[in-house]
Formats: sequence, C-alpha cells, structure tokens
Amino acid sequence: MRPILNFSTIKTNGGLTRNSREWSVAAAALAMFALMAIAAPSFYSAGNLRDLALTNAPVLIIAVGMTLVILSGHIDISVGSGFAVCTVVAGALAKLGLPMPVVAAGTIVSGVFIGAGNGLLAGVLGLPSIVVTLATMVILRDSLRWATEGAWIQNLPASFQWGGLGQFPGQVLIVLVTLGIFAFFAWAARNLSGGRAIYATGSDSEAARLAGIRPQRVVFGVFAITGALVGTAALLNAVRFAQVQSNSGVGLELKVIAAVVVGGASITGGRATLWGTAIGLVLLGTIGTALTFLGASPYWEKAIQGGIILAAVAADSWLGRRARNVRAEATLS
Amino acid sequence: MSLISATAIYKSFAGVQALKGASFDLQPGEVHALVGENGAGKTTLIKVITGAVTADGGKLEVNGAAIRDNDPQRARSLGVAAIYQQPALFPDLTVAENIALETEPSGLWRRVNWPRRHERARVLLQQIGAHIDSRALVSELSMPQQQLVEIARALGADARVLILDEPTASLTGQEVEKLFTVVHQLRAAGTGIIYISHRLDELFQLADRITVLRDGMSIATRLAIDVDKQSLIRMMVGKELTATGETSHQSPGEILLETRNLSSRASGLTDITISVRAGEILGLAGLVGSGRTDLARTLFGLEPWDTGEVLLRGENITIRNPGDAIRSGIALVPEDRRRHGVIASMTISQNMTLAALSDISKHGLIDERAEHRASAALTRALGVKTPSIHNAAGNLSGGNQQKVALARWLATDPAVLILDEPTQGVDIGAKSEIYELIREIADRGKAVIMISSDWPELLSMSDRIAVMREGAVTGVIERSEATQERLLRLAFGQSAG
Repeated sequence: MRPILNFSTIKTNGGLTRNSREWSVAAAALAMFALMAIAAPSFYSAGNLRDLALTNAPVLIIAVGMTLVILSGHIDISVGSGFAVCTVVAGALAKLGLPMPVVAAGTIVSGVFIGAGNGLLAGVLGLPSIVVTLATMVILRDSLRWATEGAWIQNLPASFQWGGLGQFPGQVLIVLVTLGIFAFFAWAARNLSGGRAIYATGSDSEAARLAGIRPQRVVFGVFAITGALVGTAALLNAVRFAQVQSNSGVGLELKVIAAVVVGGASITGGRATLWGTAIGLVLLGTIGTALTFLGASPYWEKAIQGGIILAAVAADSWLGRRARNVRAEATLS
Repeated sequence: MSLISATAIYKSFAGVQALKGASFDLQPGEVHALVGENGAGKTTLIKVITGAVTADGGKLEVNGAAIRDNDPQRARSLGVAAIYQQPALFPDLTVAENIALETEPSGLWRRVNWPRRHERARVLLQQIGAHIDSRALVSELSMPQQQLVEIARALGADARVLILDEPTASLTGQEVEKLFTVVHQLRAAGTGIIYISHRLDELFQLADRITVLRDGMSIATRLAIDVDKQSLIRMMVGKELTATGETSHQSPGEILLETRNLSSRASGLTDITISVRAGEILGLAGLVGSGRTDLARTLFGLEPWDTGEVLLRGENITIRNPGDAIRSGIALVPEDRRRHGVIASMTISQNMTLAALSDISKHGLIDERAEHRASAALTRALGVKTPSIHNAAGNLSGGNQQKVALARWLATDPAVLILDEPTQGVDIGAKSEIYELIREIADRGKAVIMISSDWPELLSMSDRIAVMREGAVTGVIERSEATQERLLRLAFGQSAG
C-alpha cells in the first residue's frame, strides 16, 4: 500500500473523517493569531477576547445545530429568523414577570416548535429543505415585524439581564453553557447511535433506509434539535442586554453556514465534524475584529470572509479529486 | 439491400465479453425478432446499432454503406429509431413539442410556427391511428399513448429502422393488439422493425424472422414459421445445464419464512406462495422484470402488500418498514450494491454495524470496543481484504464491498437472508468465496433466498428454485430435477414439461 493512500483516507474510529481540511483551517487561524500577536498585541486584551467570546458564543451554538442539519444532507436558512422570534419570546415572557427558568424553558420550546415545523415539512413530507426554510425564514421574520411593529421590548425586570446573576458570573455562565453544549454534541455525534444515523442518512439516505434507519425521523429530529439550539442561543444572547431587539439575527444563517462549510463539511451531506465547525467559526468570527485592530477598513470583512469560503470549497474540490484518483489507482493495483 | 447488416460484432465491457461475433441483418418491410435470455447480448447489440456504444470489432452497414464511427446522432440521421420499455419523452412538454424536438430543424433564432407544428404532429399521429391531442402534456398520457407518441416521432424523423425493446412489458392485452396493428402498418410501409420481447407468443404473431442470441453470439436465424417455442428455448439454452457442485450438508430444518397468496398491486405481485426452510437456499429465478426484486423488497418492508400473509416460524408477521423486517430477523442485501449496499464514505467497521447498532450500543451509546470486536471478527470471518477496518468502504473492490454488505446483515443474526444478485459485478475469485460464504450461512441454520440471473450459479447453489414471471411464481423445482431448459421454460411462461 502506498503511503499516500493512507494519508488521504485516514479515518478516526468515531466516524469523523479527518482529512487535511480541519488542519488547514486551523493553520490559517493560527497564522492569523500569530500575526496579531506581532502586529497588534492589543488584540489579546482581556476585554477584546471577552467581547469576541460573548458575541460568537450564540453563533457557535447555532452552528452546532447547522452542522447536524448539513451532515444529514439538508440545510436550514431560517435560523436567523428563528433566532429573532426566540429573542422576542424571551423578552415577552420576561416582561410578564415570569421567573427566569420559565423564561428560559419557554424560549427553548418556541425554538423547538419552529425546528419541528421545518423538520415536519423537510423530513417527514420530504419537501426540499432549502425551499421550506426559505419560506419559514420569510414568514417568521415578517410575522415578527407585524407583531412587534418594530418596537423593542424595554423596561425588562432586573432578573432578565445576566439572568439576575450580575455581569461577570453571567458572562462566565454563557461561555460555560456554550462550551458544554459544544462538547456534548461533539461527543454525541461520535458515540451515540443517533449520531451514526445522521452520518448514514446524509451519506446515502436510501442506503440508510435499507439498513433499517428511518431517514425521515432522523431529519425531523435534527431540525428539532437545531430549533432547540436556536432558542438557547437566542436566550444567551438576549440576557446580555437590558432591552430586547425585534430584528436580531439578520444574516445569521449565512455566518453559521459559512462556518460549517469552511470547517470541512460537505454541503451535500454525510461529511462534517463539529471540531471543524468550531475552527471555521474561530477564523470567520474573529477576522473582522482582527482587521480593525490592524487598522484596515472593516468594510473588507465580508469580502475576506467570502474569499475564505471560496478558498475552502476550492481546496475541497481539489483534495476530493486527488483522493478519488488515488482511490482509483488503489483499486486497480 | 439490407437496412441493417451487422457482421461479427464484438464488444466487451470492463473485461466482460458481451458480444462475441454476433451477426444480424434487417430487410425493409420485415419484423425481425431478437431473443435470448438475460445477458445474452440483446441490449448490447441494439446499443451498437443505435450508436449508444461503439463496437470493438465487426462490420456495421446501414443501407449498404459501412458505418465506422457510429454515434447516436449519426444513427438517427440514418433513420434508426429505438423505443424502449420506458418512454423517453419530456413529460412537461406537449405532444407536439416532443415530436418537434426530433423532427424539426433546430437553431437558436429559428421561429416556431405553432400551427404547422401542431398540424404535423396531428398528421403523424393520424398515420398510426392514434387519437391523441397534440396539445396534451406528455405527463397526462398513459404509457401506451406515450409509446405511440414515440412511434409518431420516429416516423416524423423518417425512421427506416424501428427498434422496439420490450414494448409490451407494461401493456394490457387490448393495448398490445393496438400496438401490433401499428407495427403491421409500418411493416407494410417498408419500415424494418427489430423486435425484442420475453413474450414468445408475440413473436409468432408478429415476426417474419427470429434470431437467437446466446452468450454474445448469434446462434441461429430462422423464419418464424419454421420454429416453435420449444426449439427456440432449446436454442437459447445451448448445452444442457443441470445442478452441479456440492449439495447442502444437512437436511433442511423447519420452515422459517413462508408467504401465502401474497399479492401487491403496487409492485405487481400476484398470489405468491413460497416457503424456505432453515439451512436451505431457495433460488429465485426469472427474467429481468419478472418481480423477483419486488418480492424481496416486499418481504423487507420496502413495498407494501395488499392481500395474503407472511409467516415467520409459522407466525403471522406484519412488515411495514425495514426496521420491522430486521426485528423479525429478515435481512436483505440489495441488488445495487454500489449505490445502496454499502455507504462508500463510511468506514468498513461502521458499515458492518449499521444495521445492528442496537446490539453494540446501550441506551443509544455506542460501545466502540464492542463495535471494533464485532467488525474485526466479521472482517476475518468473511476474508475482507483490507489493511484496517477503519478504511472507507468505498476504497474496496467490488467483491470486498459485497462481503461488507453481507457482513452488515450477518451482524444482525437474521433468520432469513435475502440476497439480490449477490455476485453481480464481482470478479471470479471473489465469486467462489461468496458462494462458500452463502453455503456456510445456510449450513448454520439460516434460510437463504437468492435472486440471480446467472443460471449456472442458481443451479449450483440452490436447494430449490422458484421461477417467477410477470409477478407470479410459475413453478418451484427441486434441485435434483432442475435443468436450465426447464427453468427457462417456466420463466417464459411455458409449463415445465
């Protein structure tokens, strides 16, 4: 066996394809951090790092769900609108004076309902998920506009901001919850049979069906979980402020999908890792701030993010072709 | 002058010799039938004539002119048109548009004359006596109507040679009669027709001459009035083939799986009554499209059934989905291994345990050590050639992939194992290994149902062979009495004799 064959098709034992993609994105992120250490050490100030962590924490939570959705061969572009709805639900429940645990539960449940709706249409009825979630994206966003008339929810009880814990403990809690959720799903995707079912469904849903898995249920479940995560993310984001916006999360879906794709996921399903997604988000989520610290115009942020996505996809296509060629040779020999 | 003259045509696909010097000719105003069992080379010969594939050797003449580099465009311009079992029309276009696609000159800036386009379609349809509105969408038409549209289109393209490949497979008796009338008309008008059908009775109604293909060679060309079904089947079979090889090592045990009068309108199964015992291999024979795969899919919960019952160990069971089947102890290794038998991007180990995840996990938590133990044991037992169980299954050769597909189902410890074409696309060395494995699985007290289009394989592996035709079982033959000729007769709807 040629060494190159081993190199290009190494598999970890948990089902996560570890090709060089995660590593190259990680290398790019490290290079950026090294550059910042030399060119703009103030990037590493406690305040900046805290801001980065807090703004990106909710994004990471949703990206976890999106990774599962994309892994199962689908996509959910309604997460931004769902995020906005859940944010308003959190504010409205708090305004009613309900205790914080009830507010939290209600917010997450509303997310589950949205996700389950998507899952019902895309998974059970088999409608194309991009169309389904495009529709729910618009419906949710405009219903929200109609319901709130664009008004923010203000004068929230003191127990709402930071969950009544105070700023620092609240911030620590947000980061810990986010890391906990990430760790759980990274572990679950590998070690639970449900995770295996998601991989199988995304790789080849008919083959999965023939193996006794029910792809419809898997897809429904994945959308519902994503809904729950969107609700959680909305809650963790909302408690950072004293009032609640009615138009949050615009464009969030693009940010999240970009992180998943840059992290090595195959947009057609069956291949993705949560670690890759996290690394992708680290790169995409910090590059804007990094540019500001380097004195570059922040207007470049989106263009550079777009460039990273294109580079990642192009690298993927190239690596994929090379792996296939090697595979063909290996089969011949 | 012959419309078509193919002489000593050779063609191989990936090392398999599909045509070994087949010859065929077609005269104007004749219906020339092409018969042979599965894999005899009929389809390949047709593809050579229509230019879908290029022959490796031999001479092809159309209208007396030698054709060197045939391709579909070229063949069509020479007046060759083919109509297959499944109509190849654009469902969202109208009848007139479909006809125009091949009969009107094309060009980016050519203006469409709609009245003339519809008029032309109407005239063509009238010529073959079809009452079809040229403004109708093709998706609104029935299958036989679509066939007529295809024929009209071929006429409009000035087809001199019309190839009909199993055109009656999904038609009712009345629709068949109508089609025959059209064929007779075309013949009278001087069109040459190549006719392929598994229904031998039709050939005698329709054909002037019949050519028998076997193993890629043209065995004989006869006037239809000079032969009967008996002699045709004998020519298709060739040398007498009987059951060979080892018989089962022990006498079969209790009946594990049984169907009683199983019928399904959706998949066209009628009144299927079969049974298979522990330790027994039941072969399932039949021509392509005879319903073997449908039966397998029904037993595995992929297709519903309307009436009749399925019994496992004498007890009535319901199978609504593959999960039900797996829990009942029924396993299916599907036909299309490359597409659905294994998941190429997942590892060998993950593939092997996919159907048995509940056995290696507790409360949904996969026990990785148990998984690796199980798949390593299966890899050794089945002799899968791989350096690691963590390699992607897609990197394996066809034979090794098939072993992984088998392993996935052995991991579920099924009572009944259904194999659909288990050695298709597997090289000869791996084939004999798979035969040994199947025999061993049966010897361990499992009931095996094996679908195969390879007669020698069926004859040497099966303890009994059930033959299917058009969704029904036409006979079950004991191993000791099985010959290829008897099987083929049942497959063609003749009594076993």
